[in-house]
Amino acid sequence: MKPISRVMIALAALALLVLLFVPIWRIDLQAPQYPEGLYLQIFADRFAGDVEKINGLNHYIGMGHIHDDMFPEFAVLPKLLMALAALGVLAALWGKRWALFMGLVTLSLFGLWALWDMYRWGYEYGHNLDPRAAIKVEDMTYQPPLIGHKQLLNFDAWSTPDIGGWVLFGVMALLIGVYIMEIRFNPHK
Amino acid sequence: MKRPLLLTGTASGVIACAFVLLNSLPGCRPSGTTKSVVTGDAASKVYVKPGTHDEFYNLVSGGFSGQLAVYGLPSGRLLREVPVFSVDPESGYGYSEESKGMLTTSHGFIPWDDSHHPELSQTDGIPDGKWCFINGNNTPRIALVDLGTFRTGSIIEIPNSAGNHSSPFTTGNSEYVVAGTRFSVPMGDDASRDVPIKTYKENFKGNVSFIHPEPETGKMSIAFQIVTPGVNFDLSHAGKGPSEGWFFFSCYNTEQAYSLLEVNASQRDKDFIMAVNWKLAEQLAKDGKGKRVPGKHHSNWWNERTHSSETTVYEDVLQLDPKDHPGLLYFMPCPKSPHGCDVDPTGKYIVGSGKLAALIPVFSFEKMQKAIAANDVEGDFAGIPVLKYESVLHGEVKKPGLGPLHTEFDANGNAYTSFFVSSEIVKWNVEKLEVVDRVPTYYSIGHLCVPGGDSKKPWGKYVIAYNKITKDRYLPTGPELTQSAQLYSIDGDKMELLLDFPTTGEPHYAQAIPAELVKPREVKFFKIEENEHPFAAKGEKETKIERRGKEVHVWMTTIRSHFAPDNIEGVKLGDEVYFHITNLEQDWDVPHGFAIKGAANAELLLMPGETQTLKWVPTRVGVTPMYCTDFCSALHQEMQGYVRVSPANSNVPLTALTVSVDAEM
Repeated sequence: MKPISRVMIALAALALLVLLFVPIWRIDLQAPQYPEGLYLQIFADRFAGDVEKINGLNHYIGMGHIHDDMFPEFAVLPKLLMALAALGVLAALWGKRWALFMGLVTLSLFGLWALWDMYRWGYEYGHNLDPRAAIKVEDMTYQPPLIGHKQLLNFDAWSTPDIGGWVLFGVMALLIGVYIMEIRFNPHK
Repeated sequence: MKRPLLLTGTASGVIACAFVLLNSLPGCRPSGTTKSVVTGDAASKVYVKPGTHDEFYNLVSGGFSGQLAVYGLPSGRLLREVPVFSVDPESGYGYSEESKGMLTTSHGFIPWDDSHHPELSQTDGIPDGKWCFINGNNTPRIALVDLGTFRTGSIIEIPNSAGNHSSPFTTGNSEYVVAGTRFSVPMGDDASRDVPIKTYKENFKGNVSFIHPEPETGKMSIAFQIVTPGVNFDLSHAGKGPSEGWFFFSCYNTEQAYSLLEVNASQRDKDFIMAVNWKLAEQLAKDGKGKRVPGKHHSNWWNERTHSSETTVYEDVLQLDPKDHPGLLYFMPCPKSPHGCDVDPTGKYIVGSGKLAALIPVFSFEKMQKAIAANDVEGDFAGIPVLKYESVLHGEVKKPGLGPLHTEFDANGNAYTSFFVSSEIVKWNVEKLEVVDRVPTYYSIGHLCVPGGDSKKPWGKYVIAYNKITKDRYLPTGPELTQSAQLYSIDGDKMELLLDFPTTGEPHYAQAIPAELVKPREVKFFKIEENEHPFAAKGEKETKIERRGKEVHVWMTTIRSHFAPDNIEGVKLGDEVYFHITNLEQDWDVPHGFAIKGAANAELLLMPGETQTLKWVPTRVGVTPMYCTDFCSALHQEMQGYVRVSPANSNVPLTALTVSVDAEM
């Protein structure tokens, strides 16, 4: 691979470390009685934002009480990110195209796993309601949207990447760009 | 023959008039100019669309209610009534164990007062939106309301004083707020106060106090008092700009009468405006030139961490005697029984309003300084030099109206003076002393207010009249009618009436400030982790119950939508129960209430993160319900519990319990 490609891969790998410090995903909630809005941020190792207020609202309809300890992911994610970054740096040092390809595959698998995991938790929270909940609406479930907008009773919910999410997409885009460049300008190696 | 004709003529005239009146046509009585002077687009100028905010906060004294009311301008909507000097069963202010201390004085617990003059704290002579001071006129006190929470932050009592009227006007950086005594009284310890009233001239003294609010905490203490001859002090204002460092007080009863003041204190053609060199006084106090004299007083402070009041009792106070310190006080003659004493935004002019005078005298600070330098005096009053009227006068506004009371200013060199007897606001040019415009008020205006109108930087835009009587302006509600304010636009050349709005209590003075200076500091909730109340339960796990002899203490929490615990047993007749309740919510505007059947004091309103204590002494055996009084959620009505009270000799164990449905099934 060209030296410039290797530098780019190394930079992309190190950029992954940013995800350890910034929010990766966010869910925004808006309703007439919350003109200032409520939000939940997901970091690699914790939740932030109006967690307690959202829990307070959720208990009427029997959704589980959200707190950091319930998510084993929070213990694993930072280590996983560091491992990915290390692998990326190794791939850059190695300089082989297949290493870059494998890195891309690994990162994609990681992204898919993260989305699937989020969906799984969302499904669990939205469907597994306390049978003793004060308010029961027939056939109503409260699964938040995976990405984008969804109306939940009188709340508008938006689920979008936060800084970390965009960094992750950026890293993916950069690596794909490097890969395409390598194939295009150096097709035989 | 002439007489019957005349009678017939009169009778037919009366009939004609009646007919005309029945047909609602004008003609036989003076056509009222007082009824409708509102022009077509006035409503749109005071209309604040749903979802939008008013432009100004208007902080209006409650008068005999002892409170401070908060209105939005230009809508005139009442937003809040802040309990200051009077107890408030709605919130438990003055009833909860923690807040009782706010209303203690050297006379004991005084749960009421007569609050007259709000004054905003200032930075560089401009209101900063941090605090609002207000006086208690009756039992001399000054309170500080924190505009971060719109709650009373501290109250200080003023010793050697009676009727705290010329108060609490502030210096440009709120180094001091003042308190001038309305009544002169015999001073000193109690024995020397017992003198014949007819010895007024020898034994009665006035005094003005300079109170220092600590900038960080708002704790107040009296820096010094200045003893004055026995007169009545009415109003005051601090100098600014060139007159910075001076304070001006209007005084009446220079006749030194003590009976039938209506007549006996209205004899002299001129009373005085007293000028105080407070920078000099401050220096004298610092240099130890004052004397500590007896003067027991309380300074109460609300601690937002412990959610409790703290009281410091002072036994004495530092006094300065102007006889020992030439240059400290001067009198400026002012016609006649001056009431308002207002300093214009440039600080060059002092406007005296002789409430019985047919003119408005405007004094020049520059001329006053020259007169002092030249010793241009016409004599002395009880040892205080009296400067020559003509030497200190900038000029007089001739024939402005009847009964001038108070003056506020705009940013364009105009003054607005309220006239009680002729019921009007008169706009005049300060430099030229010419009347420019006048507008009627309904009825009997007292104070008036322009946003920032007594500061260096008036925001102008409106003048608000505060009226004593309203007669036909509103639906009548018995002999007592609502008090009222009227909002006028002062943007154009002509003042324009925009709105009437009713007010609580009797509105005396008021202040107005752009909302943008207040809103950003607003406290949304108290952080539970910063709660240092000795009986706080910072989570349901910390709730408990404890017997201390005849006292039962309950650490209780509230959260949407339950109390923890919600059942208490083992209380016995003869016990005193203290409910220490912590609101665990950490969200804006989610208070909870606490009320118990038969409580002889009040309910509590608990702000998010706050702890307050209600004392309850059960009077009978049985099961007593308690519940939340502030609608909190869809399950608010379910937020309740019971206390079981057993006979004095019973042995029911003291327990606090919350029972789940599962446990019962």
